[in-house]
Amino acid sequence: MNEINTGDTAWVLIATALVMMMTPALAFFYGGMVRKKNLLSTINLSFITVGLISLQWVLIGYTLAFGTSQGGLIGGLNFFGLSNVGAEPNADYAATIPHLAFSAYQMMFAIITPALITGAFVERVRFKAFLVFTVLWATFVYDPVAHWVWGVGGILRSIGALDFAGGTVVHITAGFSALAFAMVLGKRKWFGQAVMEPSNIPLTVLGAGLLWMGWFGFNGGSALAANGLAVNALVTTNTAAAAAAVVWMFLSWKDNKPSVLGIVTGAVVGLVAITPAAGFVTPLSAIVIGGLAAPVSYYAIKLRQRWGLDESLDVWACHGMGGTWGALATGLFATKLVNPAGADGLFYGNPSQFLIQALAVVVAIAFAFAVTFVLAKLIHRWLGLRVTENEEEVGLDISEHGERAYA
Amino acid sequence: MTKKIEAIFREEKLNVVKEALYEIGIIGMNVTEVRGHGRQGGIELSGRTGSYRVDLLPRVQLNIILSDRNVEKTIETIQQAAQTGSIGDGLIFVYPVDDVIRIRTGERGHDALTYEGDIDMLAEGGAKVEVQMQATD
Repeated sequence: MNEINTGDTAWVLIATALVMMMTPALAFFYGGMVRKKNLLSTINLSFITVGLISLQWVLIGYTLAFGTSQGGLIGGLNFFGLSNVGAEPNADYAATIPHLAFSAYQMMFAIITPALITGAFVERVRFKAFLVFTVLWATFVYDPVAHWVWGVGGILRSIGALDFAGGTVVHITAGFSALAFAMVLGKRKWFGQAVMEPSNIPLTVLGAGLLWMGWFGFNGGSALAANGLAVNALVTTNTAAAAAAVVWMFLSWKDNKPSVLGIVTGAVVGLVAITPAAGFVTPLSAIVIGGLAAPVSYYAIKLRQRWGLDESLDVWACHGMGGTWGALATGLFATKLVNPAGADGLFYGNPSQFLIQALAVVVAIAFAFAVTFVLAKLIHRWLGLRVTENEEEVGLDISEHGERAYA
Repeated sequence: MTKKIEAIFREEKLNVVKEALYEIGIIGMNVTEVRGHGRQGGIELSGRTGSYRVDLLPRVQLNIILSDRNVEKTIETIQQAAQTGSIGDGLIFVYPVDDVIRIRTGERGHDALTYEGDIDMLAEGGAKVEVQMQATD
């Protein structure tokens, strides 16, 4: 019988609250970057996801991700409706906290991941189609990949892939799904012709600040205990965010002036990149991981712009590419000195870990991209992914919600 | 004859222009924020990566209704105060005005435009008066 540790439980409950806060924070982060006629609509895409996926997770999501493995591909239905998930610990996942606390903590990850994708939908998505897509995406992309990487018996966990807090499960799936979705959805009217200026950069800065804070729960909480590993994750998280923010500042300075929007984007990209590595690497490695994440995403944005693709808020560049870099970097910088339950990476004499990471990245990218592409196509045929041209010109706040951000 | 001066110039010059106009006795005016461009075309702002071009730039538009004989002096004052010498300083337009009616009193034409201590009273030897702050709007 496992003993519940009150300290561990308290920390995981707090971390759950911190990660919950990240989705409304993301709403601000994205909201500030769109034109004011779409501000409420953009904020709502994240906010309603808290509602939708909380329900999906309780009913079916948790059991698909963490139920007894069916051939390593998907969880069984033994935790359907959170049945058999209670106050007793589940030693497979977290031996010192109630099983229900683990499932609640994981719920917040399941919520923020589809919310991240909404950066690709903004200013043109039909709300009804978005609701359907989000529930299906959580069920057919997030839950399986979470099972592969984190579920006992999951195929990627079994080959030894490391993902401390969701670089692969959260950021790669969200980023590459955003790319696929944007390709099906098409560009905004006037994209590339008229300037689409961010309407409220302070809102974006507020969102980024709250994301940074929430990420201490995201990565620090992934230790699932109030221990030294949680502290290591918190310190590497802060360090990588700091390094990426500073490097991004210099990149944007080189091209024009040190953009505030750029600096806060850098911080988020650093947080993304350290996510898979936070509990496996040292603070010094975190400087390198964060510092290099900035140019990876910075030039990915420029590449996306050259393609003329309206992946509007750069979910792919920031989360997809930042997450890919982080997952690969875990295979370079991981060390058992930080986490004996982890593995050594290439720079600690174990090149095979890098190959395992690369394989997991490729599988996650291919799966997320392909399933999202098909889902988006199907929903487009069924409901239509876009509002009409006129509704788009009026703005989604009025046309989809009958409200406006400012009177 | 009554004229309308419509001056479009840099936002950062608004206080200087207002002060200069009070100095010569122009008291009534209103201001709107406008966006536009002439020869300047636009500016480069820094975005997430690199720069993006904004072609409609913010300016203020100052509207003054005044008597014909005060137009030249007023134009000269605005032009001097609003000038930086760089491209994008703006333009001044002058239009004829058919009539003016003060809603509170029903006064029309020239009478509706006069204030104590304004440019006409100064010309007739009147004293300069500080603009009064009213307790109610």
